[in-house]
Amino acid sequence: MMNDIFHKRKKSLNHLLDLRKPSRVEAKITCPHCKEEVLVRQVKENHKICPKCGFYFPMTPEERILSLADTKSFREQDKKLRTGNPLDFPEYEEKLAANEERTGHMDAVMTGTMMLNGIETAIAVMDGRFLMGSMGTVVGEKIVRITEYAGKKKLPLIIFSASGGARMQEGLFSLMQMAKTSAAVEKFKKDGGLFISVLTNPTTGGVSASFANLGDIIIAEPKALICFAGPRVIEQTIGQKLPKGFQRAEFLLEHGMVDMVTERKDLKEVLYKILKMHR
Amino acid sequence: MEKQNITAYERVLLARSKDRAGIFDYIDALFTDFIELKGDRLGKEDGSIVGGIAMFHDIPVTIVGQRKGKTTEENIKYNFGMTSPEGYRKALRLMKQAEKFKRPVITFIDTPGAYPGLEAESNGQSTAIAENIAAMSSLETPVISIITGEGSSGGALALGVADKVWMLENAVYSILSPEGFASILWKDSARASEACDVMKITAEELLEFGLIDGVIPENENMMETIDGMLLAAIKKLQKLKGPAIAKNRYEKFRRIDGAYVGK
Repeated sequence: MMNDIFHKRKKSLNHLLDLRKPSRVEAKITCPHCKEEVLVRQVKENHKICPKCGFYFPMTPEERILSLADTKSFREQDKKLRTGNPLDFPEYEEKLAANEERTGHMDAVMTGTMMLNGIETAIAVMDGRFLMGSMGTVVGEKIVRITEYAGKKKLPLIIFSASGGARMQEGLFSLMQMAKTSAAVEKFKKDGGLFISVLTNPTTGGVSASFANLGDIIIAEPKALICFAGPRVIEQTIGQKLPKGFQRAEFLLEHGMVDMVTERKDLKEVLYKILKMHR
Repeated sequence: MEKQNITAYERVLLARSKDRAGIFDYIDALFTDFIELKGDRLGKEDGSIVGGIAMFHDIPVTIVGQRKGKTTEENIKYNFGMTSPEGYRKALRLMKQAEKFKRPVITFIDTPGAYPGLEAESNGQSTAIAENIAAMSSLETPVISIITGEGSSGGALALGVADKVWMLENAVYSILSPEGFASILWKDSARASEACDVMKITAEELLEFGLIDGVIPENENMMETIDGMLLAAIKKLQKLKGPAIAKNRYEKFRRIDGAYVGK
C-alpha cells in the first residue's frame, strides 16, 4: 500500500524535518568537521551545510525528498518490507530493532514516487544512519521494485546512494543484491529509462560497485567519499599513505568516473533540467 | 578426512592452498586448442585474469578465469589473483565478444577479492565491477561460473552472474574474506575462524540456501565430473534463444530475497 508519509507521520517529526520551516528553537550543534558550534536553524536553512566551513551534514531520506519534491507529492512504496534474517545471524534482530527505533525506518532505503517541478519521477534515497546504509535483501528488493515500477510506468529514476557497502549480517544474500539491483537498472536502461544516480557521502563497497555507478548520468555531492575499498583498507593492505582528497567526489570527477560534482543548493535545478530534456 | 569434520575455516585454508588446481590445470584438462586473448583495449593487460577461446568437445567457448600464480614470483606477477579494473574490462570485452559469436562463456573464479589498491581505485574499480555485473546479467549467451577456490566479494561476483553457479566441494564464496568480515564486525581480524561459522560460506550451506546451483566433489574424478556437468548444462542452455537465456538469468537473481517479511 502506498502512503503519503508527510500526511500521516507524527506532526512533531514532520515539523522537525521540514527544511522549509525555520526552526524556532535556538538549538546548537557542533560541526563534526570544523568543530565549531553552529545554530541548527542556520544549518537547516543552508541545505544542511555548515555555515562556518561548508561541511555537508548527511540528509535523512525525508529531508532529501522534502528538498526536491513538490508539496505533498511524495508517495512512499514498500514501506513495510523487513528482512527475514536469512543467515539467522546472532544479535542481528536486536540491531535492526534499535536502528528502526532510531530512524523510523525498517531498513536502509526509502522509495516512492514524487513530482519534481511537475515532472513525475521514481525516487530511492538510502539512509546512511540505518546500519551504515548497508545493502541487504530489503534494500536490494526495494531498489529493484522501484526500478521495475519506473520501467513499467515509464518514469525517470533517481537514486540517492549513501552506504558503507553490503550488509555483513546477510552474508552472500547481500552480495547477490549487487547482481539483482545491477540487473534491474541495466534492464531499465536498455528499455529506454533514464537513471540518474546521485552519490552522497559515503558511497562505498557493494553499493558503489553495483547500481550506484551504473547511472546514465552520475552526480556526486561535493567531497563525498566514493570508492570500492575504503581508505583504511587500502592503507592496511598496501602500506601506502593515501594522498589528500583521494576517493573524494572531486577526485572521481578528475578521473572521469562521475559526470559532475553538484552543490546541494543547485541540485534540484540540475535534476530538473536533466529530467526536462528526457520527457 | 571425513567431510563432516571439516570446519568452515579449514575449508578457507583448503580453498587458499597453494596445491589447488589453477586456471591452466582446468584449461588443460577440459578444453582443447586454447588461444589466449589479452588486453582491455584501454591501456593495460591484467594477468590476474586469463581469457581466451577454446574448444569444448565440438563447441567453441570463451574462457575467463582468475589466476593467482603457483610460485611466489608468479603470485606477485598476477597480484595473488586480485583483479584490477583493467582485468574486469578485459573479461567484459571477451564476454561481449562471446555473445557476438554465440559462444558459451565459462568463468573460473578464484580471488581473495578485487584489488584494493591506489591505482585500482583511481581507474574505477567500482565502475568496472558494476559494469561487469550488469553486462553479465543481460548477456544473450550461456554463462556458467565455477568457484574453484576463494570467491571473495564483488571481485568474485564480477565474473559470477551466471545461468549455473557451481562450487568445488572445498571452495568458499563470501561477501568478504573472513578476516575482513571479523575486522568490520568485531574490529578484530584474528577472529576469522569464528567469523566463518556465522558467515555461511561453504558450498554445502550455499546450495541449501539456493544461492548456488551445484557442488562438485573433489576427488580423482573431479575433471570428468566438471566435464559432464558442463556439457549437459551447455547443451541444455543452447536449446534456448539468447534473449530467453538472459531473461531466465534475470529471473534467477531477481528471486534472491532471503525471505523478507512484508508485502
